Amino acid sequence: MRFVDEFRNAEQARALAARIAARCEPGRHYKFMEVCGGHTHTIYQHGLEDYLPESVELVHGPGCPVCVIPMGRVDDAIAIARRPEVILTSFGDMMRVPGGDGSFLDAKAAGADIRMVYSPLDALKLARAHPDREVVFMAIGFETTAPSTAVTVRRAAAEGLANFSVFCNHVTIIPAIKAILDSPDQRLDGFLGPGHVSTVIGCEPYRFIAERYGKPLVVAGFEPLDILHSIDMLLAQLEQGRCEIENQYSRVVPWDGNLTALKTLADVLELRPFFEWRGLGFIAHSALKLTERYAAFDAERRFAVPGVRVADPKSCQCGEVLKGVLKPYECKVFGTACTPETPIGTCMVSPEGACAAYYNFGRFHRQRLLEVTAR
Amino acid sequence: MTAELTEVLDRIDRTRRARPRVREQRLTMAHGAGGKATQTLVEAVFLEAFDNPELNALDDAAALTAGGARLAFTTDSYVVKPLFFPGGDIGDLAVNGTVNDLAVAGARPRFLSAGFILEEGLPVADLTRIVASMGAAARAAGVSIVAGDTKVVPRGLADGCYITTAGVGVREHPRDFGVHLARPGDLVLVSGPIGDHGMTVLVARGDLDLEADLRSDTAALTGLVDDLLAAAGEGVRGMRDATRGGVATILNEIARAAGVTVVVDESAVPVRAGVRGAAELLGIDPLYVACEGRLVAVVAPEHAAAALAALHAHPLGDQAAVIGRIDPDPAELVLLRTRFGGTRIVDLLVGDPLPRIC
Amino acid sequence: MCLGIPGEVVELHADRPDLAQVDVSGVRRAINIGLLEPGEVGVGDWVLIHVGFALSKIDEAEAKAAMEFLESIGQAYADELAALQSSTIE
Repeated sequence: MRFVDEFRNAEQARALAARIAARCEPGRHYKFMEVCGGHTHTIYQHGLEDYLPESVELVHGPGCPVCVIPMGRVDDAIAIARRPEVILTSFGDMMRVPGGDGSFLDAKAAGADIRMVYSPLDALKLARAHPDREVVFMAIGFETTAPSTAVTVRRAAAEGLANFSVFCNHVTIIPAIKAILDSPDQRLDGFLGPGHVSTVIGCEPYRFIAERYGKPLVVAGFEPLDILHSIDMLLAQLEQGRCEIENQYSRVVPWDGNLTALKTLADVLELRPFFEWRGLGFIAHSALKLTERYAAFDAERRFAVPGVRVADPKSCQCGEVLKGVLKPYECKVFGTACTPETPIGTCMVSPEGACAAYYNFGRFHRQRLLEVTAR
Repeated sequence: MTAELTEVLDRIDRTRRARPRVREQRLTMAHGAGGKATQTLVEAVFLEAFDNPELNALDDAAALTAGGARLAFTTDSYVVKPLFFPGGDIGDLAVNGTVNDLAVAGARPRFLSAGFILEEGLPVADLTRIVASMGAAARAAGVSIVAGDTKVVPRGLADGCYITTAGVGVREHPRDFGVHLARPGDLVLVSGPIGDHGMTVLVARGDLDLEADLRSDTAALTGLVDDLLAAAGEGVRGMRDATRGGVATILNEIARAAGVTVVVDESAVPVRAGVRGAAELLGIDPLYVACEGRLVAVVAPEHAAAALAALHAHPLGDQAAVIGRIDPDPAELVLLRTRFGGTRIVDLLVGDPLPRIC
Repeated sequence: MCLGIPGEVVELHADRPDLAQVDVSGVRRAINIGLLEPGEVGVGDWVLIHVGFALSKIDEAEAKAAMEFLESIGQAYADELAALQSSTIE
């Protein structure tokens, strides 16, 4: 596959690994956060940590849309889905996320009509095909996904599809990064910036990270060589005493982002005063809702939802994991009470969640594992 | 930190070995997906109630001895949607699937039964077409369908047609086969590209609006198994038919049954371009996608070349490959050496292989 | 945080300017190109696909530069390894 296989070359990975190792100062430990869950997935899917020296530690960040959805919002969506007239549509990622009273999959088993879609436009298609039903789209995701929801809502408006609405849970990345930077227990040397969010918002919004917080950020692509290359770029900045925002993923990310997408977003979605993030608590201006102009398509206005805040289970330490303060395996319930089959926390559900990635792909003593595969 | 990590890994290991328990109040679709939830359901509910050594082996077919005859016996239900898809239909699938469960047990498939649950309103022409393709598949596989049953249920209850087949085969080889016999040093072979059936059906369902030139791999493996056993019978420890849950599931079953590690080389696993494309697009790992005409064989190293040559010489095995090897420890684990040169675990599937955005 | 896959535009729809047929390794799907500038992509261009939408046009010159960089360090590394090996033969 083009623009994929070229960035999975093992030989070049070894070369990058050698450069990375050579840049590391003896005795110094480097902690970089990959903000984006997609990066976490890539790192584990390809076994990328095998190429990193022990002194370079990757900390998994909050950029997993499924992981940050608070339990109360899952319950609200299920409350909507239980109405007999409703077809709730969702990306596959959400299906197993536990709310206060089970997941979408459980609600479906109990009779709710919940269907998986690949694209928000598929939800629109369902609405056209079922004029007698209310089709609700469970919108999740960062700025990468929000423009697609925006286009879909505009289309629904243009077609006058009165039986379509959106339960909007879109969140924005910058406030989350800021929350991490402001967290007192966090010592990071730099960030791998979220590549696909940046196709929309561009690279300028990260400038404060370098200028106010003194941390370098490299916007990184999603193939394993992209990530190694970005780590090398971060280390080069540290080595040379620079602190900048750089773009490793320039084949996909224009520096200024996607203006058409940003304009569409601004027309359809606007910032909420605050929104609860699972594990991170309430963060101001960190999520989106439909603008007044498209209020008719807002499922929260159309249906009464409980809107009850559900506290995370006491044993769950997803918040610390999302902030990168805890490694997945340092959580008290990791792999015992909380497993991918019976998740307590969202980080164990999403394929991008740090705990799920670690459990499914990396639940092993790396040193030992390297011995086995080297035989 | 290392000691702490070891402690955590031990704790996880103990949890994984704990007696399986179904925690859900109701079945979800995950219980039918062939992964962990299915395994838990089978072990916690069915084995608990039926408990006998033939079943407890959890092989593709039960190895029986009755009246002096060495038999293999199996059953399987087919609920595929759509009923007709490129490369096959529910009819040949229902025959081939059961034939393959017998063949990979090292048995010669002989007799099948077929039970039909039919939905009110199913076009008779569709049923005729399905049954005709069952007849053709049975003849091709050298089996007779000797018993059957039909039930009709009200509209809306059965997606048109569900079929359950059971099959009896004769274990002609004097010795038993089984992946539990895998031992360190053995090699793991797959008979062809993986995931063709699952991806073809996913695309044919139409919900995803994908177009691709994919065909199901549904086929009877009898001839292929014959050739494999003729060429390398002594060295074949066991075979499995990779269906629901894909090759990853089979590899985990091997690791578990034999108490070994299976180390797989990602770049050696054959995957067709179209299957890979659809998998990338949907965020699904082809290792978990169903096949319906592929076997995984564990072969002693000195017989592996002959086994591979026999597979290559058969039309169903021309893209067969050695994809991995058996290692002594750590027990019950599948490790993947990635194309990129890293290492990761390949676990049993959790839930359904759902398309993901993230 | 979001799965994005490169695909090649193989067909534009005259009657639906917001749609393009995109190919990923032989798998084709109609993709919404409404988030790109009108006329920004044509047949043969590559786009990044996310949930049925093209999010950006892939800049082939930038991709080529990145690949060349990776190849160059790969080559430099291979040369160095070879040099190292030949120098330690005793």
